[in-house]
Amino acid sequence: MSRIESTLSALKARGAKALIPFITAGDPHPSHTVGLMHALVAGGADIIELGVPFSDPMADGPTIQLACERALIHNTSLWNCCAMVAEFRKTDSRTPVVLMGYLNPIETRGLDAFCTLARESGVDGVLIVDLAVEEAPEFAPKVRSFGLDLIFLLAPTSSDARIEAIAREASGYLYYVSLKGVTGSASLDIDSVTAKLEQIRRHTALPVAVGFGIRDAESAAKVGAVADGVVVGSALVSQIEKHQSTPEVLPDLLKSQLAQMRAALDALN
Amino acid sequence: MIYENLPDARGHFGPYGGRFVAETLMEPLRELEAAYNMLKVDPAFRAELDKDLALYVGRPSPLYPAERLTKKWGGAQIFLKREDLNHTGAHKINNTVGQALLAKHLGKTRIIAETGAGQHGVASATIAARLGLKCVVYMGADDVERQSPNVYRMKLLGAEVIPVQSGTKTLKDALNEALRDWVTNVDDTFYVIGTVAGPHPYPMLVRDFNAVVGREVITQSQNQLGRLPDALVACVGGGSNAIGLFHPLIQYDEVKMYGVEAGGDGIETGRHAAPLSAGKPGVLHGNRTYVMADDNGQIIGTHSISAGLDYPGVGPEHAWLKDIGRVNYVSVTDDEALEAFHELTRVEGIIPALEPSHAIAYAKKLAPTMAKDQIIVVNLSGRGDKDIFTIAKREGISLL
Repeated sequence: MSRIESTLSALKARGAKALIPFITAGDPHPSHTVGLMHALVAGGADIIELGVPFSDPMADGPTIQLACERALIHNTSLWNCCAMVAEFRKTDSRTPVVLMGYLNPIETRGLDAFCTLARESGVDGVLIVDLAVEEAPEFAPKVRSFGLDLIFLLAPTSSDARIEAIAREASGYLYYVSLKGVTGSASLDIDSVTAKLEQIRRHTALPVAVGFGIRDAESAAKVGAVADGVVVGSALVSQIEKHQSTPEVLPDLLKSQLAQMRAALDALN
Repeated sequence: MIYENLPDARGHFGPYGGRFVAETLMEPLRELEAAYNMLKVDPAFRAELDKDLALYVGRPSPLYPAERLTKKWGGAQIFLKREDLNHTGAHKINNTVGQALLAKHLGKTRIIAETGAGQHGVASATIAARLGLKCVVYMGADDVERQSPNVYRMKLLGAEVIPVQSGTKTLKDALNEALRDWVTNVDDTFYVIGTVAGPHPYPMLVRDFNAVVGREVITQSQNQLGRLPDALVACVGGGSNAIGLFHPLIQYDEVKMYGVEAGGDGIETGRHAAPLSAGKPGVLHGNRTYVMADDNGQIIGTHSISAGLDYPGVGPEHAWLKDIGRVNYVSVTDDEALEAFHELTRVEGIIPALEPSHAIAYAKKLAPTMAKDQIIVVNLSGRGDKDIFTIAKREGISLL
């Protein structure tokens, strides 16, 4: 059983919801990322999604675009991201880490080389935003053969046939994008999320985390009531943006921001 | 593999093409593909499109014998496919007329587009005005500045032009922003992509709508010359005018083809926009193709005097045609393109856009290597009115 699976099944066993924060590696500077990851765990993170910066993040809103630009000023590469996870693993062998990004940096380095290094570095899963399941026939088995989970997105537009095809290739968990839009969008329609989650669960027993549009304890609680986990990204990254010139305050800030969502989720059971 | 059957059912040209987008867009792309496959064989849709191409765009465009240029260059006979004479002044309208008809049939009320030089933006705004559709055009902030006449044209036509400040502030960033708009407004919005890139089915349908150029060249060269040309030359940014000319003639092995990329300051300087000449396979904007990227897979900034060629990727069909050796991909520098711009203007009385000036510059190198009874067709994909400010500025001339 992978670290992601055991984490999520332990949470499920005690009726708790997964809190999954996202930050972009290298933002505001590569030297801060590992410290921020530990702060996220201290704030109640169950799994960390670590964004791999890309020059052309076409599915991301302005907040994460700017985070990528800040990280790329310092040339934060895919290899650097793996090194950060390895550093994080020195003192945390429990919290799963998922690398989330776009395909080109991985293809440039080569899938085998990437999977080997990711595995050695203690990465648990990979989410590639622009890798559709149709384009993954060779990709998914290869990633799994290295013991890495391949996490896929589902969207409001996903049909029954697509949900089924995606669930067949996915492992770890599924990430449901709560709205038609980019990361950092504001509106969250909990009724449509609830309905779509019912549809998804007819096709799969995998845990489903929901992201996009979760900004605070209130929206986390709403989504947590119907999903297996909540992903929060832009709300954290905008704090990093705001305090980029005084990064020493960020660990405590992110920790307390996340702790509020943790408390709201724990209040559900 | 029979070339004419590409792309395959999954949108692949050999290893290139495909559909690399976030999940939200997968189903809308599948719907678009299904609608297009149905409409393209629908006689009523074909008739509507043909009528628009004839009466609104002004097709067919002439195949013009550039006799003075031929004499000056002293080799093969130069013919210009006059796409610059189309309504709005470039080949881009062939595609926007087609996609706007698709949008109408799909019941979409709003179209969005990305643009580099502004020609595709103008062509989109034009057809939106004619069909009464709302139109939003994304344009890199740097391009807004260097192509201001086209920005004003779009506004006159009722389009909203949104300058894109992210990344390198050029065409690639405009494409990112248009994709973000589409993912957000997918219910009522049709994304009119301006080149043969993007996720399947765009490279196929943009090619099909531009292939009228190559079909006309076949008919015209047979009527005017009694045979097919020996060589075709077209500039390649994303590659829509080139594929439009090449595609119908691919089956004729005796016709040589040259795609001319933007060499900028010279390939050796690294300051260029020539992914086929100096890039490597990668994934950008929804398809696998040749891209300009660094060792970490980050897309790198491009440079060209021509905003329309200033793009780090290229249509996947071109990537395939390069690998199988059917088309020769070459490059010319900014300076060579500028020289060709002046030469065509002075010798033939035709002011070309900076994009096809690259094709003219390469034809100048090619012509003397061929016999006088041989024929080169150059796709003159757009007129140069939009570029006079750029050229004047570069040459230190104040127009105001």
